Amino acid sequence: MNLVVSAIAGARRHALRIVATGLFLLGLPALAVIETYEFSDPELERRYHQLSQELRCPKCQNQNIADSNAPISQDLRKLLYERLESGASDAEILDDMVGRYGEFVRYRPAAEGATLWLWLAPLLLLASGALLLFVLLRRGRGEAAPPVSDAERERLEAMLAVREGDTGP
Amino acid sequence: MAPRLKLFLPLGLFALLAVLLFRGLSLDPQALPSALVDRPMPDFRLPRLADGETMVKGDIVGEPLLLNVWATWCISCRVEHPYLQRLAEGGVNIYGINYKDDSEAARAWLDELGDPYRSSIVDESGTLGLDLGVYGAPETYFIDADGVVRYRHVGVIDERIWSTRLAPIWADLQASSGSPGAVGAAALPTAAGIGEGAGS
Repeated sequence: MNLVVSAIAGARRHALRIVATGLFLLGLPALAVIETYEFSDPELERRYHQLSQELRCPKCQNQNIADSNAPISQDLRKLLYERLESGASDAEILDDMVGRYGEFVRYRPAAEGATLWLWLAPLLLLASGALLLFVLLRRGRGEAAPPVSDAERERLEAMLAVREGDTGP
Repeated sequence: MAPRLKLFLPLGLFALLAVLLFRGLSLDPQALPSALVDRPMPDFRLPRLADGETMVKGDIVGEPLLLNVWATWCISCRVEHPYLQRLAEGGVNIYGINYKDDSEAARAWLDELGDPYRSSIVDESGTLGLDLGVYGAPETYFIDADGVVRYRHVGVIDERIWSTRLAPIWADLQASSGSPGAVGAAALPTAAGIGEGAGS
């Protein structure tokens, strides 16, 4: 019995190893297309990663250029690398990219002109939601129950008296 | 608000949503406004496709022109090619940017399909494309006589798009250029004139 179990476990382990190797091989071409750059300074490399996360691929519009394998992203990464190595500041590089592709290429667009709405819209929505909530709550409190009349009070007390006289649980 | 009217609130919201969604159907989410519009076309120093001679911006600027980004790997470029040729025959001044392409294959393509371009600029590494903000082919830039980008069209140019949208822009460029060529050219590239050629 033990022997059978260990044989099955062994076979499973073997199968897992094959699957893992297969998956690894599948992953290789994906790794191969992301090119590597040699930076003269680790600080530049840090800025490269930060900026490539923040720049958006113009072709595949929901990816940043760090994630995208589109040729245009490769070009932009290359350009980014060259600009960094030539000593350009982050602001200069971003201005440069915006000059070619518009504010669209930034995942954090400047807060001016048309893009100002992108920044303000969430705040406006939040504010209008808060206002709505405030108004609704205020209105609910305003509609207090009508005062109890003397006749009603007597009926109520009669009911309560009956209830107190109950012997039930 | 009267309680009666309140009942129509969902209908109103639905109508608003319907209008917005309907509008969304005809919007192209891929379309990007060009950042280069009303700015000078970037400088370049690249070889000419035909003979490898170096070309610079000064060689092409001077009269209104179309700058068409094309490549042999671009299927849509093949689709728009015959129409570009008709435009060129109609007197439209077209230059090509052979974008990230193999020059040998590009020359063979022009030999086979015809050459609508005054010249094609070889942009093998895509640097001019980057400076222009190209994000795919085909793209066509409308550049005025002063070398300023006035419009960018992304995608295939066909007869419908030319006659409805692009011909007026081209006519404006011609009219505002004031060059001697503008008089003669103004009569040529109208949509109607080129459209008739298509029918025959």
